Amino acid sequence: MTEESSSTKTRLLSRGLTGGIHPPVKSDLGYWLSIRAGALIFGAAIVLFVWSILHQSLSAWTSHGIHILTGTVWSPSTSNYGALPLILATLITTAVALLVAVPIGLGTSLTIIFFLPQRLKTPITSLVELLAAVPSVVYGLWGLFVLVPWMNTTIEPKLASITGGGFPFNGATNGFGLLLASIVLSVMILPTIVAISRDVIAAVPHEQIEGALSLGATKSQTLLKVVLPEARTGIFGAITLGAGRALGETIAVAMVIGSNPQIPKSLFSTGATLSSTIATEFGEASGAQLAALGALALILMVITASVNAGARTLTRRALRGHA
Amino acid sequence: MSMTQDELNPTRDTEPITNGQSAVSTLTPPAMRLENVSVSFNGRTAVRDCTFNVASNRVTSLIGPSGSGKTTLLRSLNRLHDLTRSAKVEGKIMLGDIDIYGGSLPPTLLRSRIGMVFQRPNPFPTMSIYDNVVSGLRFNGIKKKALLDEAAESALISAALWDSVSSRLKAHGSTLSGGEQQRLCIARALAVEPEILLMDEPTSSLDPISTQRIEELMVELKNRVTIIIVTHNMQQAARVSDDCAFLLMGEDRAGELIEFGPTTKIFNDPSDPRTLDYIQGRFG
Repeated sequence: MTEESSSTKTRLLSRGLTGGIHPPVKSDLGYWLSIRAGALIFGAAIVLFVWSILHQSLSAWTSHGIHILTGTVWSPSTSNYGALPLILATLITTAVALLVAVPIGLGTSLTIIFFLPQRLKTPITSLVELLAAVPSVVYGLWGLFVLVPWMNTTIEPKLASITGGGFPFNGATNGFGLLLASIVLSVMILPTIVAISRDVIAAVPHEQIEGALSLGATKSQTLLKVVLPEARTGIFGAITLGAGRALGETIAVAMVIGSNPQIPKSLFSTGATLSSTIATEFGEASGAQLAALGALALILMVITASVNAGARTLTRRALRGHA
Repeated sequence: MSMTQDELNPTRDTEPITNGQSAVSTLTPPAMRLENVSVSFNGRTAVRDCTFNVASNRVTSLIGPSGSGKTTLLRSLNRLHDLTRSAKVEGKIMLGDIDIYGGSLPPTLLRSRIGMVFQRPNPFPTMSIYDNVVSGLRFNGIKKKALLDEAAESALISAALWDSVSSRLKAHGSTLSGGEQQRLCIARALAVEPEILLMDEPTSSLDPISTQRIEELMVELKNRVTIIIVTHNMQQAARVSDDCAFLLMGEDRAGELIEFGPTTKIFNDPSDPRTLDYIQGRFG
């Protein structure tokens, strides 16, 4: 028995909820059967789901093999199905989106909790949470109408001048591309990061804060050395959820990334992510191309699942260090 | 109410010495002086008009029933109320000859001179025992490892914790028992070498044996640091403190200082009948 399931069992036992070890008493039979049926249906649905995607993409794996993962050219018209450009674009846009959104999100949370006067806390919080309610296609349009020209004329030339036209701000610019997709993504994941990190930061006991201050710590020392470390597990969870959303985000990315599957040479490059490619190509796809899109879906699922699993492992390790 | 203060405060030093250690305090200037200190929240007064002197190298206890403003008063001494926007501290609190609310001493510097131990042990859970002890020094900008090591050892020795933790300084503070955690917090406060140590009911969450150890520690520590302790426990005040302030909630629910004096006098021969009632357990 794994460590986790044994601890889950102990937890259930302590709540008196378990029925797994002893056979159910008669009056409990209906309940016993129904929760098991629920679990069974859910489990079956997941298995069926994964299997169907596997099945869908099977012919792509058998005919191209590992080339799907390592191939550098994605060109359905020439039957080239190398997903590496798409994988890279997916990972890069997510990473850059996190780089932008995490500091801003944490700063926003800390400001809301520690610096805003009481009467401003609720309006600012609702404002940030409102961002989560905006449909992604609206973000896509916003990127298209507002950000593309702005990026093209102002932001990208400025960034290029900072690195002197060197990596990662090299090459031609036209507004569209990985950088714009990352920025749109960062705005989209900001509410998630703020909402969760605000809750975990606010949960840091006031005694810890007073303990630090009473030793002569400044407010910023208290936040950096005591509050953030103590909330780190939850903050990590917030980042993971944000990453999950960024990895899978489809329509807004498809609208601003340029839909041009190529190995990115810079953040100004146009590109295409796994999800944006599926969304833009599935309409006309059939046969081998459809199978290849199924393979993309599988790759995307594996990436998001690994991010989640990795985050969970790290979180558990952090918690163990805690205890 | 000010009558009792006027009666007691100036006279304390001229009174016949009832406590063998009082001789010291008549010679050295007070570590802190409180002059008409009031604390209010949103305009509602929580403690009013407290005036008394805290003698150096002695233990001063603040006693009184719940709601009498003991903790509120204590927290005004290291400006912890600064965190609460609605809080307002009036009157004068002198640390030596510095008015701590006068603006000449930044709160961070003040708090490195006036340490604090809280009701519940609050070691930083993400830090090791060692990091906890030296955290105050690090906040104050000390980085040299040799200095930190030395300070950590001496603070842990002072807090009677060195023997039990010296072999596991890298362990987390939360692996210690409640009493050990509280002593860790005392060590953490001592490492900064404060002149004054504020203790807010430091044993209220501890078992009797841990409580006893902390009380013994306070008596040992007063040679190097002036201690002001808030306690619910009258026996504790009688056991550890040299001077005692008795606070009581007045008619408008604001805490007031009823009587201040040497602990032996407060407990054996109080001037105010309300003090006697409280000491004898008639309320509170």
